[in-house]
Amino acid sequence: MSDAADAPAGDDAGEALVRNSSIDAVVSAVLFAVGVVVVFQARALGSGWQNDGPGPGYFPFYIGLILCIAGVGIFWQAVFSARRNRGAFVDREQLGRVLSVFVPAILYVVAIVFVGIYVASAVYIAAFMVVLGKYPVWKSVLIGVAVNALFFAMFEVWFKVPLYKGSLAPLSFLGY
Amino acid sequence: MDALNSLLQGFVVVLTPLNIGLMFVGITLGVLIGVLPGLGGANGVAILLPLTFTMSPTSAIVMLSCIYWGALFGGAITSILFNIPGEPWSVATTFDGYPLAQKGQAGQALTAAFTSSFVGALVAVLMITFLAPLVAKFALRFGAPEFFSVYLLTFCSFVGMGKGSPFKILASMALGFALAAVGMDTITGQLRMTFGLSELMRGFDFLIAVIGLFGIGEILLSMEEGLAFSGKAARINPKVVWETWKILPRYWVTSLRSSLVGIWMGITPGGATPASFMSYGLAKKMSRTGARFGTGELEGVVAPETAAHAAGTSALLPMLALGIPGSPTAAVLLGGLLIWGLQPGPLLFVEQKDFVWGLIASMYLGNVAGLLVVLTTVPLFASILRIPFSIIAPVIIVICAIGAYTVHNAMLDIFFMLGFGLVGYVFKKLDYPLAPMVLALVLGDKAEDSFRQAMLVSQGDVMIMWSNPLVGSITTLAFVLLFWPLIARLVALLRRPKKVDPVLAEQPVD
Repeated sequence: MSDAADAPAGDDAGEALVRNSSIDAVVSAVLFAVGVVVVFQARALGSGWQNDGPGPGYFPFYIGLILCIAGVGIFWQAVFSARRNRGAFVDREQLGRVLSVFVPAILYVVAIVFVGIYVASAVYIAAFMVVLGKYPVWKSVLIGVAVNALFFAMFEVWFKVPLYKGSLAPLSFLGY
Repeated sequence: MDALNSLLQGFVVVLTPLNIGLMFVGITLGVLIGVLPGLGGANGVAILLPLTFTMSPTSAIVMLSCIYWGALFGGAITSILFNIPGEPWSVATTFDGYPLAQKGQAGQALTAAFTSSFVGALVAVLMITFLAPLVAKFALRFGAPEFFSVYLLTFCSFVGMGKGSPFKILASMALGFALAAVGMDTITGQLRMTFGLSELMRGFDFLIAVIGLFGIGEILLSMEEGLAFSGKAARINPKVVWETWKILPRYWVTSLRSSLVGIWMGITPGGATPASFMSYGLAKKMSRTGARFGTGELEGVVAPETAAHAAGTSALLPMLALGIPGSPTAAVLLGGLLIWGLQPGPLLFVEQKDFVWGLIASMYLGNVAGLLVVLTTVPLFASILRIPFSIIAPVIIVICAIGAYTVHNAMLDIFFMLGFGLVGYVFKKLDYPLAPMVLALVLGDKAEDSFRQAMLVSQGDVMIMWSNPLVGSITTLAFVLLFWPLIARLVALLRRPKKVDPVLAEQPVD
């Protein structure tokens, strides 16, 4: 909430790794860069008036321009505004928690490429429960397999929407 | 009375055993989605969309819209019992709902919330029944400039009515448009911004964006808090329901006012969240017991819930009549219509009468079914919330991945989903609104087409946007809204600064 910036928020959060205003500035720079890329791409495609009407880059050109302007505006507000939000963006513990979900999620998606959605999901759910939930292994494996058996029945059998089986296709013996 | 006849026709279309069954399945799934963290109306419908590809469009839209009603109902359960708003629009419900639950009156609060949701939706559906055909008829005369001016108005009103930094609203919107431009240009057939990747030819599907932004992003946010639920037990028995229903008619003024606020905010893309806050604020100011708001006043539950549902329902009016959705969820439903080969907009009312009136009839029935389902199954859903987060979180991520994959059967989409998830997390933390981005992603191509067509007509003269009174006034209104943050600042300079309502200050950027 940007209005929370009115109050001297978050200055007591000593553990803060980064402040909102710093991340704000970084994101605004990224947005500006995206805007520049869009503008140049649009120029290359033809952002002007071609003999049969507006070119394919006509509209994106202005979109890129708006993105650049917005980027500058946000950067200004994040760095120079008196009301900038100096609250903590994330502290060490929160970052740890977020990464503990996000990094396994990336590994999970990479695993899907090889072993398919069902096997990867079962392993992911079970591993998540064991490592982060401190559940006994048998319980975790049971839930992981049960949830995916349900998905398998739902997608492959009932709704006939085949899901990705992976390049190694470990479930090919099931015949779906 | 034309509308009534068509509506009856619609009931005939919808009232088949299959559709009624799907209605209950949809409501139940919807409440489940509304209750679980990380799954909301927009991404829930997006994930379940592929399951309906094999159904007839009418059955499919009945089920999907019922999922939407269910999600609207479900948000209230977590707000009241757990003080955790399941959806942004139920934040205002926590103010009085949770104190009521703490006083042991959870059943009463839930009954009031569900009933007022129902009333809000009903008023909005009545409005749609009679207004939508008129709007559609009027819009039949629209040309490209008129349509572009309506798109302009839609996006400018995000800036004018949104909360937080106008630059962030603008950036979110422009990013959506830029992503929408990726892929094949619909007019010249040229590839744009694909950077030589043939996979990007298809462009970014907004369903993937919705699943990532709202689903994965929300999970990351919830994970940050390390969720520890401390819920109140809820039991609803017929006696409590009956007792509460006897009290509720007392608040008819609040209900009516909130419905109107909701309808207005729903048609203009203000959305359900500002509507719920605005109507809570108004009720607090106008009620005789206003001073006791926040300590567990039933009226404080009635006001935001009525408005949120009225807004959520009215968001479907511009979607159906103009093809311009008023909320991310309406946008997802619009995406569904396109997939089934139905072009939303004024012509839909002429060419697909059965479908349109079937949908409107299902709004009536769906809300009745929804009220029945939620009143009878609250304990069940409350117990789902007691499942530890370390089981729920991976399951939801798996569901999101499956949902992202089934949209195009493309593996790359799952990676995009993760990327959007990260963007959603960062944007949410920095108070960037996500709705403008989603709507820009959906409407990008269409807005661009109408802009280019308008420019073709006028040979590049922008003044075509003021070429007749209709298009001129819409465009002017759009620019007033676009520069509203500046205008408001000027007005504030001239007048004395007024105090910010502490309730409104808690409204999340949505």
